[in-house]
Amino acid sequence: MSDVFRAEGLGKTYPGVRANDDISFSVGAGEIHALLGENGAGKSTLVKMIYGLVRPDEGHMQLSGTPHAPADPRAARASGVAMVFQHFSLFDALTVAENIALGMENPPPRAELSRRIAELSQAYGLPLNPARRIASLSAGERQRVEILRCLLQNPRLLIMDEPTSVLTPQEAEILFATLRQLAAAGTAILYISHKLEEIRTHCDRATILRHGKVVGTVDPRAHSARELAAMMVGAEMKLVDRSGRKPGDVVLDVKALSTPAATEGVTLKNISLTLRTGEILGIGGVAGNGQDELLAALSGEITTPHGTVTLSSADLSALGPDPRRAAGLLSAPEDRLGHAAVPQFSLTENTLLTAGGRQDIVKRGLIDHNAARAFAESIIKAFDVRTPGPGTAAGALSGGNLQKFVIGREVLGGPKVLVVNQPTWGVDAGAAAAIRQALLDLAAKGAGVIVISQDLDELLELSDRFCALNEGRLSPPRPTEGLTIDEIGLMLGGAHGMEVGHVPA
Amino acid sequence: MIDPIAVFVLLLGAATPILFAALGELVVERAGVLNLGVEGMMIGGALAGFASAHATGSPALGFVAAAIAGAALSMIFAALTQFLLSNQVATGLALTLFGLGLTAMFGKPFEGVKAPSMMAGPFGLNLMIWLGLLAVPAVWWFLMRSRAGLILRAVGENHDAAHGLGYPVRKVRIAAIAFGGAMAGLGGAYISIATVLQWTEGMTAGAGWIALAIVVFAQWNPWGVLAGAWLFGGVTVLQLRLQAAGVAVPVQLLSMAPYLATIIVLVAISARQKFGRSGAGSTPGSLGQPFHALR
Repeated sequence: MSDVFRAEGLGKTYPGVRANDDISFSVGAGEIHALLGENGAGKSTLVKMIYGLVRPDEGHMQLSGTPHAPADPRAARASGVAMVFQHFSLFDALTVAENIALGMENPPPRAELSRRIAELSQAYGLPLNPARRIASLSAGERQRVEILRCLLQNPRLLIMDEPTSVLTPQEAEILFATLRQLAAAGTAILYISHKLEEIRTHCDRATILRHGKVVGTVDPRAHSARELAAMMVGAEMKLVDRSGRKPGDVVLDVKALSTPAATEGVTLKNISLTLRTGEILGIGGVAGNGQDELLAALSGEITTPHGTVTLSSADLSALGPDPRRAAGLLSAPEDRLGHAAVPQFSLTENTLLTAGGRQDIVKRGLIDHNAARAFAESIIKAFDVRTPGPGTAAGALSGGNLQKFVIGREVLGGPKVLVVNQPTWGVDAGAAAAIRQALLDLAAKGAGVIVISQDLDELLELSDRFCALNEGRLSPPRPTEGLTIDEIGLMLGGAHGMEVGHVPA
Repeated sequence: MIDPIAVFVLLLGAATPILFAALGELVVERAGVLNLGVEGMMIGGALAGFASAHATGSPALGFVAAAIAGAALSMIFAALTQFLLSNQVATGLALTLFGLGLTAMFGKPFEGVKAPSMMAGPFGLNLMIWLGLLAVPAVWWFLMRSRAGLILRAVGENHDAAHGLGYPVRKVRIAAIAFGGAMAGLGGAYISIATVLQWTEGMTAGAGWIALAIVVFAQWNPWGVLAGAWLFGGVTVLQLRLQAAGVAVPVQLLSMAPYLATIIVLVAISARQKFGRSGAGSTPGSLGQPFHALR
C-alpha cells in the first residue's frame, strides 16, 4: 500500500496550549483511516494544518511523495486535499450549484457545472437538485452537497470531520457505502470521529490522539470499543452503574400535547407520554425534529391547553417555567451558553437563574449572595467542575465543565422530574460519563428523568424506555432492552430518500 | 397641469444621489458589513467633488475626486471595524458625525461659489444619471453572475465558512467598503455639482439615511434599489410639483410616504416569512458581525 499522505513530527503551539506535539502518521491509497480522540485532543488543529487553515510550527507533510505545505485552503485543494466540514461550510442563502462552485478552484460555466453535479450525484446515489437553496435542504442532503463538492475535485486525500453526527443510522450506512466506493477507486480517506463502533466497523486503521500527541496507530477491528476508549482517555473508562432503580408511580403525565403552527421550527403533534418515578425515558431523533420544542413545552417556555402536562396530579399546562420549577419539574436545555446559562454572569449569579426559589437564595425579592455562592460551590464540588471558583464567568468555562455545572444545578435542585436535552453534546468522554452517572443516580433516588439526545449509544446506555421524535411526532415507547440500532434507525424515520450508489469500479 | 415626462426626468435626477449611495451600500451589506456612515461619506464626496469641480472647472474631475474622498472616508471605517473589530453600528454613526463636522469646517471657503456646468448626455439627461442607471445591471451582474460576486456574497452570508474555504474575508470586505464609499461620494457630489449647484453645510440632508432604508426596502436586490430610489425621487419631485400646482396636500404627508412604504414592505416581508414557507430571508447571514480568524 503506497502512502498518499504522510505527516512527520508535526507540532503547533497556541498561546498557553501545545495543540499538536510531534505528530507522525500516514494514510495509504484506498485506505479509510480514522483519527480518534476526545474534544481538545488536537484533531481539528491537525486537519486544519493539512487543509492549509493553520501553519505548523515544526515538522513536515508529504502528499503523494511531494512536500505538502499549503499556504491556504485553496493551495491545499489544488494539490488534491478535500475536506467535508462538521460545521460552518455551507451558505444557506446560496444554491447547491453556487455552494459547490465556491469549493472549486476553477469552476466550469454554470450549465456545465449543473450537468456534472447531476452526473456525479447519479453515480454515487446522492440525488441533489443543483438549483435548490441550501436553506431548504435536510441535514443529510446538506452533507451530500459537501461530499459532491469534494468529489468534483477528484481529491487524492478526503478529510471527513465527524460526518455522521447529523445523520440517521441508515443515512450513515449510505455514507459509508459511498466512502467505500471512493476508497476502492484509490482515494485516501481521513475519517475523524469519536464514535467508536462506527470506526471499528468501517475503518482500516485508526490513529489515536491524546493531549496533542499520537498514542498509537492500531487496527480498530482488533480492539474492543472499550480498549479504544481507554487509549483515547488514557484511563479505563468507568462503566456507568445502572443498579438500584425501581420504577414506581406515574409522576409526569403528558396527554395529547400539540403546539400551534409555529412561526419557525417544528410543531409538536399530539404527544403523549408517561414517566414513572425512578425511570429514565430516552427520546431520540435527528436534530430539528421537535427536540427544542418538546423541552420548551415541558419546561413551561411554551404553555399548552389544560390537562396536557400533569405532574403528580397537579395540572401545570398553563404555568410558566418558574411555577413549574417550584412544583418540581426542572429542565436543562441543549444550548448551554445563552439558554441554560448567561455567559457574562459568574457561576454564582447563574445559580439564581433556576435555583433562586428552590434553594432559598432569593428571599422577599432580595438575593442572599452567600447562599448563592455556597450553592455554586456545592455544585462545583459535587460535579467536579474545573474552574478557579464560583466567581468565574460562565462563558470562561470549557463546554464540558459548563455542562456539568448546568446539569449539576438542576440535579442538586432535587427535582421530581428532570428533562434534559443533549446532556453530553460536545462534552469529552470523561465529563460525559460523569453527567450520565449523575442522571442515573438521580433516577435511583426516585426522580423521573427524560433524556432527549441524538446520541443513540447514550440513550441505550441510560434509558429504560425509548421513544423516537420524528417531525414533531413521538413514537410509542419501547423497552430499551433488546432494542437494536437498526430498529431505532427505522423508528427515527430511516434514510430520507437516499439510495446506495452504483459506480463502475 | 403636471407633465408626466417632465416629472419623470426630474425624478431621475432626484433619484440619482440615493441610487448611487444605495447601490454602494448594497454591495457593502452583501459582503456582511453594515456601514451606517453613508451620510458622512456622501457629504464628504459632496464637498470634495464641488471643490475639485470648482477648482478645475471640470465636473468630471469633481466626480473622480468625490469617489476618492468617499472611499478614503470609508477606509477609516474599514480600519476600525475590520482590523480593530470595533462595533459597526457605532463606528458607522461616528463616521456620519465626523463627515458632517469635517465638511462644515473645510467647506467654509466654498460657500456662495457657483459650480461649473454639468456634462450633458443623450436625451437631455446628464452623464451621471446614465451612469447610475447602468450601475444597476452592472452591480446585479457582478453579484449574481461573476465569480468575484459569488465570493463576495459567500463572505457576507457566512464568513466562517468562507474563511474555511480559503477566501480572504477581510480583503473582500475592505474592497466592498471602499466601493461603497466611492459610490456614496459620487451620490453626494451629484447633489452639490448637479442638483443644488453650490456648497452648503449639511446639504445631503438625510439622503444617506434614505439610501440605507432603500437597501432594506430592496431586500438587497439591485433592481429593488432602483425601484426604491425612484419611489423616493418621485415623491420628492411630486411634492414640489403639487405645491407649485397649489394642490392642498400637506407636504409632511408626502415626505412621510417613502418611509411608510419602507415600513409596509418590511412588515410584508416578515409576515411572509412568518406565515409562508419561504424560510430564507435575503438578509445576508453575517451582516454586521465582526469576523476574527484564529491563525
